[in-house]
Amino acid sequence: MLVAIGVHFAAALALPAVARRWDRAAFAIGALVPASAFVLALTHLGGLPATESASWAPVVGLEFTVRLDSLAMLLAVLVTGIGAIVGGYFARYAEPGNPGNGRDAAVLVAFAGAMLGLVLSDDVLSLYLFWEITTVCSFLLVGGSGLTAAERRSARQALLVTTLGGLSLLLGLILLSTAAGTLRISEIIAEAPSGPAVTAGIALLLVGVFTKSAQLPFHPWLPAAMVAPTPVSAYLHAAAMVKAGVYLVARFDPAFADRPQWWVPLVVVGLWTMVLGGVLAMRQHDLKLLLAYGTVSQLGFLLVLLAVGTRVSALAGATMLLAHGLFKSALFLTVGAIDKQAGTRDLRELSGLGRRWPVLAVSAGLAAASMAGLPPLLGFVGKETALEAFTHGSVKDLLILTGIVAGSLLTTAYTVRFFVGAFGTRGDVEPITARAPGTVFTTAVALPAAASLLLGVWPSLTDSLAGGYADRFAGEDYHLALWHGVSLPLLLSAIILLGGYLLYRAAQRYEAPSGWVPAPLRAQQGYRAAVRGLDEVAQWVTARLQTGSLPTYLGIILTTVVVVPTVGLLGGVESPLATRAWSTQLQLPLALFVVAAALTLPAARRRLTAVLLTGVVGYGVGGLFLVYGAVDLALAQFLVETLTLVVFVLVLRRFDAPFLTERSARRWASWRKATIAALGGLFVAMFAVVFSSTREGISRAGAEYIARAESEAGATNVVTAILIDFRALDTVGEITVLLVAATGAASLGLLARTARGHRMPTADARPADDEEAHR
Amino acid sequence: MTERTDWESWDLPRQRWLLTERSPAGWPRSLQLEVAVRVVFPTVLTLSVYLLFAGHSSMGGGFTGGLVAGLAFVLRYVAGGSIELAAAVPIRPPAVIGAGLTLSVVTALVPLAFGEPALTSAVWQWQVPVLGKVKIASSLALDIGVYLLVLGVVLDLLRTLGSGIETRELELARPDDGRGR
Repeated sequence: MLVAIGVHFAAALALPAVARRWDRAAFAIGALVPASAFVLALTHLGGLPATESASWAPVVGLEFTVRLDSLAMLLAVLVTGIGAIVGGYFARYAEPGNPGNGRDAAVLVAFAGAMLGLVLSDDVLSLYLFWEITTVCSFLLVGGSGLTAAERRSARQALLVTTLGGLSLLLGLILLSTAAGTLRISEIIAEAPSGPAVTAGIALLLVGVFTKSAQLPFHPWLPAAMVAPTPVSAYLHAAAMVKAGVYLVARFDPAFADRPQWWVPLVVVGLWTMVLGGVLAMRQHDLKLLLAYGTVSQLGFLLVLLAVGTRVSALAGATMLLAHGLFKSALFLTVGAIDKQAGTRDLRELSGLGRRWPVLAVSAGLAAASMAGLPPLLGFVGKETALEAFTHGSVKDLLILTGIVAGSLLTTAYTVRFFVGAFGTRGDVEPITARAPGTVFTTAVALPAAASLLLGVWPSLTDSLAGGYADRFAGEDYHLALWHGVSLPLLLSAIILLGGYLLYRAAQRYEAPSGWVPAPLRAQQGYRAAVRGLDEVAQWVTARLQTGSLPTYLGIILTTVVVVPTVGLLGGVESPLATRAWSTQLQLPLALFVVAAALTLPAARRRLTAVLLTGVVGYGVGGLFLVYGAVDLALAQFLVETLTLVVFVLVLRRFDAPFLTERSARRWASWRKATIAALGGLFVAMFAVVFSSTREGISRAGAEYIARAESEAGATNVVTAILIDFRALDTVGEITVLLVAATGAASLGLLARTARGHRMPTADARPADDEEAHR
Repeated sequence: MTERTDWESWDLPRQRWLLTERSPAGWPRSLQLEVAVRVVFPTVLTLSVYLLFAGHSSMGGGFTGGLVAGLAFVLRYVAGGSIELAAAVPIRPPAVIGAGLTLSVVTALVPLAFGEPALTSAVWQWQVPVLGKVKIASSLALDIGVYLLVLGVVLDLLRTLGSGIETRELELARPDDGRGR
């Protein structure tokens, strides 16, 4: 399976070239990759779970491990199967000669590869990596060529929202894997850690789930993403991207199902989203948007089922996951075909398509029936199981059951609305006389629709996969079947179907059946406000930090240095060993000299005075080095100090002499600067005292250097030996930095010169009369 | 055809003793300072080379040596401005910097050719008649690179930053340049 993931990305790289040659056939050629991965996955059916692993960075123990268990198999089949169908469909759907074809084909195949990697990977880091690749791929697919503002806006929103969730997910995964002490997901789940850090990790993980699976209040990005080409939407909704969040819940549910901080948010948000998505779907006239809100609603349903963690609910969740993938892809592809052939997808303009296009209508009808939960389709089997899971009479079960029934009523209602809207005949609208969609379109719709029927009639196949996942939970031994006898779930199913139809009729009579949402509570408004707020914060921070003033930058850096490490240091300070006031008495006058110069500095009115006083401090410190016997250091210090003075003088002569002209402002500014500087100095001094006094005698590294200088570097001067032998690589790096800095400074100087229209004097520019004098 | 050495004039000075005293730029200068600097200059350079070679056994090294050499040129600059500096350095400073870095990097890479890790150093010793025991480590080449680079950086700073002052000084000195003198 590792190879399969790799082949997806390799094919994605090659597809643009293929598209240049064969244009939109590239989609079909690309679809061969997920198709073969589909077959490959099926060959593993017998030996679950299978594990493969590739070493990534062995030194730090990073591995890329794929693990194919029942859940991964279920999703891998969905991802690759629908990926192949969508690819084939896209080859017919794409405009011939569109320059974006190669790009779209490549991104679609990469998307399939990323989803496959996501559901297969068994370590948290590669899971996160693939998670973010799906985000980027969906951004590229939704944005398309980015020609229209709507495309750009929607793509950006999808990217911002899901990346926010992705970052949150990364933090959550790190917390979880740190607490568990392993990066392997299967090990984290096997021995679920606990503690406050894990609770925080779960919360962060859930943010990732909610954003990716378009749950409240993050749902608006998904309908906005409908600007993408319809095959892309089909894939996004059925098997990729939004399923990632659902997958994550399913994956971690065995570990956390018994914790309220896990299932309560999932159930509450899931039910809320399920009902709200259904209500919003009833308000749409665009078939694609209707389906999009339907997805939002169904994702909420899936999260509820997968969060509760009983055997039956997990079985229902896994079954519905498969069922949803199948019927949603079929319905989206239907909308694509209608849109392409009839030129509209507004259900108020469509009429008479069912009679003219019977094959498409039957296929789409099967899928819609599965969505509504009509027997004998997979959607019915799944929904029965879901209802069965919550018929045990506890208060929690009852509440969830109520929510699910309400949501399912809406699901049935919007399904009828969709199907009648797409294929029904309206009295007041001229029937559409467009040509029927071709074989490719109808086959692509019929395949998943037929699978829905097949798996519904023959539920034991699904039962083996979904049951394999559900067996990880305790609970009654329930199996998928079409007929469980006359029971409460069957009764509820009937109520849902009948009630849903009545709801649809009622909604037809009263337009705008949904409630009015106050503007401040609308999620899209919230998104806009959040983005605007973020921009404002960024502007505020930038305006205060990036002022272009060197004193401000230095002040910020010094304050950070003082505040951050000090807080850490103060915790670990032990009383220093006995310290002497001075070693030789010569240190005393030198120190006084330094202190006096430093104290005079804030009083300096002119830059040059300030620089000279800094120089005095530098020479004083050099003197202290000398007294201590660090001759090399002292020499370097004196030389650098001198040179710094020279450079300062060269530069400063060009500035105005005083720092600030206004007296009061000057005083305030110099006090502020003096305080920050004094704090910085005190911190460094404290740091030095604490660190040097915790060590007696020469350090181990130092002793090693001294011992090896003569024998290995042939030097009796340890400083030089370190600089050009032991740490010569550092030296090479440092002189490179010096070169870059000098070049930068020189360019600035030259820029100022040339701007003023003067040429640099060089050796060639020696005065002409001078040369004549030699002759 | 080879040029015959002209034994009459081969040791004729190619530069004037005080190159810039008649400089047309009008740079304010002190004759005593310039003479003193010209006298001291070779000595300081010699000191810098001494420091470079002494680095292995006593204080000094490429960095300090380069700084001392740079300061020697600072003296020339302070005494006579950029024209004096240009007279003292016939090479453009970026070339000096580049030569320094190239030498260092090449020194670092040479051991690779002998199958050793990069930056490995070798030590050679000889008995030389007058000097006695002479010891040279291959890392000396790296030190020379550092020396050249530091010197080049100082020169570059003088050339670019310094020239700004000079222009300004000259502008101040000749405010009525346009009206002609």
